[in-house]
Amino acid sequence: MTTQTVVVGSPVGLHARPAAMIATAAGAYEEEILLSIEGEDEVDATSALMIMTLGADFGASVTVESENAAAVAEIAALIAKDLDS
Amino acid sequence: MIDTATAITGTGVVAGLGYAPVQWVKPAPILPLGHDRLVGEALRDAEVTRWKAAVETVASRLTLRAATNSGAAAEVLGATAALATDRGLQRAAGKLMAAGSTAEAATVDSIAQFIVKFEKLGGLMAERVTDLGDIRNRVVSELLGLPEPGVPTPVAPIILLAEDLAPADTATLDPALIHGIATRLGGPTSHTAIIARQLGIPCVVAATDLQDVPDGAMALIDGAAGTVEVGADPEQAEAKVQADAARRAAVQSWKGPGRTQDGTAVEVLANVQDGAGARAAAKYPAAGVGLFRTELCFLSAAHEPSVAEQASIYSEVLAAFPGQKVVIRTLDAGSDKPVPFVVHPDEENPALGVRGIRLGNADPGLLERQLDGIALAAEQQGVASAKVMAPMIATVDEARDFAAACRQRRLSPGIMVEVPSAALLADAFLAEVDFMSIGTNDLTQYTMAADRMAPSLAALTDPWQPAVLRLIRLAAAAGTSAQKPVGVCGEAAADPLLACILVGLGLSSLSMAPNAVAAVGLQLESVTLEQCQQGAAAVLRCTTAREARSMARELLS
Repeated sequence: MTTQTVVVGSPVGLHARPAAMIATAAGAYEEEILLSIEGEDEVDATSALMIMTLGADFGASVTVESENAAAVAEIAALIAKDLDS
Repeated sequence: MIDTATAITGTGVVAGLGYAPVQWVKPAPILPLGHDRLVGEALRDAEVTRWKAAVETVASRLTLRAATNSGAAAEVLGATAALATDRGLQRAAGKLMAAGSTAEAATVDSIAQFIVKFEKLGGLMAERVTDLGDIRNRVVSELLGLPEPGVPTPVAPIILLAEDLAPADTATLDPALIHGIATRLGGPTSHTAIIARQLGIPCVVAATDLQDVPDGAMALIDGAAGTVEVGADPEQAEAKVQADAARRAAVQSWKGPGRTQDGTAVEVLANVQDGAGARAAAKYPAAGVGLFRTELCFLSAAHEPSVAEQASIYSEVLAAFPGQKVVIRTLDAGSDKPVPFVVHPDEENPALGVRGIRLGNADPGLLERQLDGIALAAEQQGVASAKVMAPMIATVDEARDFAAACRQRRLSPGIMVEVPSAALLADAFLAEVDFMSIGTNDLTQYTMAADRMAPSLAALTDPWQPAVLRLIRLAAAAGTSAQKPVGVCGEAAADPLLACILVGLGLSSLSMAPNAVAAVGLQLESVTLEQCQQGAAAVLRCTTAREARSMARELLS
């Protein structure tokens, strides 16, 4: 299991467009990919709606977890990027 | 068949004529609860199949519409389609159906789970609630075999009728097919009105008697008069529409400068909110910017931009109108229009709370730094005594302090007239500042004590209300005797007829949405200053908004 914690880079937070882009990228992997913020339940990274329920604002720390290290790296990089511009 | 012509009256918000069959926005289905009915285990898989088919139909329709649209509309539709097939939603609905829910109940309840979460998160996430409700209504209608709710996608021109339009409804409105919009609710500043104005679609709101017009009836909509006429003579209606099309072509070719028929100069200006908007506005025949709303540049800024960063934003707008008038308004944030780096108190009544100039009570440095940024931008762009105005000024002391802070930086100070006190004491305020600009939307809301966002109060939040016009006259008269410019920035200036009245009241500049500039300029050119003054005098004797509007139309158009 690989985990990586990154800071949200989109100024709007993990909202509509960033969440949709992350869910699409996560959907390309066979392995389960989970996202969480500290103290909250993990959510499925292939669901934009579940990602939005994290309520992760700009600057929040999000942990990515999966059996697939490449998936973790890709999703973590997306979270850290400004996806709304 | 209706054999006599009947005109339904509302509030006209976008001038223009259209003649076509009407089509109603289909209402949302009545949501079936179905919790009392548990599906037997043998039939549960069939419910899942039914649910999946409905979701796929709804999503593929949205995807198809996304493919036939472009830009923001395509993006909104594509995003909605993606939400409909979201895996998290699938899982939640699947769980409910596995426990015996009907497909309809599972749709309602699974989406409700997300709605509750998003409402709790608030802010931007809460905006998704509208989208989720839209998906729910579409899927439930599909499951029940009802027509898809929402805006129809016509193949031939229609007049669109609705209770009111939601933002999601308006993403795909095509002016080539939607020849008019009439709603039973809404006001001149409602979402429907704003979108119709942007798209240039003739629009009437607050037409409360619209409900009896059946789908398919031929209607003539007149967005200037605020009427929807059913059963009009087809030949006459077509002729009127063609004459209107010619008028609109004349509007297209108006290039300024703003003046009345007898040559009295009137500054016709644009309202902008950022550099991109200013560059777009510069393509219209506007003589400058009468209102640059600075708060919108900062809506997504997590931290207060530095003075240098602010200067570069303001510079963009100044650079779009070189050598022309640009009036910069300082931050008009409040708890209803929150800017992330400003601490907003929780307020029961935000329109009457800490907003505009009042933010300085908690953080005086905020205004000081913004004025530094504006002064720096003016220096970089070579603008001498750049014009700056403060929003929500209510007392002469506030104006005096603001003016001193501006003058220290060689900026020319002005104030917005939104609070009635500023109109009532206009002479005292003008002794402190160089100019005033009347924000008619807020002045109307505060004069009539009516929330401008409340659709049911549209008749009150109408700038033709005689009390509002008298306050405008007070401010204009103070400007004339002090020999200082007083203008209007607000939806009122975008109404060509009202623009003439405002000029007749003595205002020297009108600032509006950039695409309204040409229609206002053309109308001003068709009347003399004396006609405007006579119109203003006549309107001031009226006792109702409706009377004022029809009096002006009689005298000026």
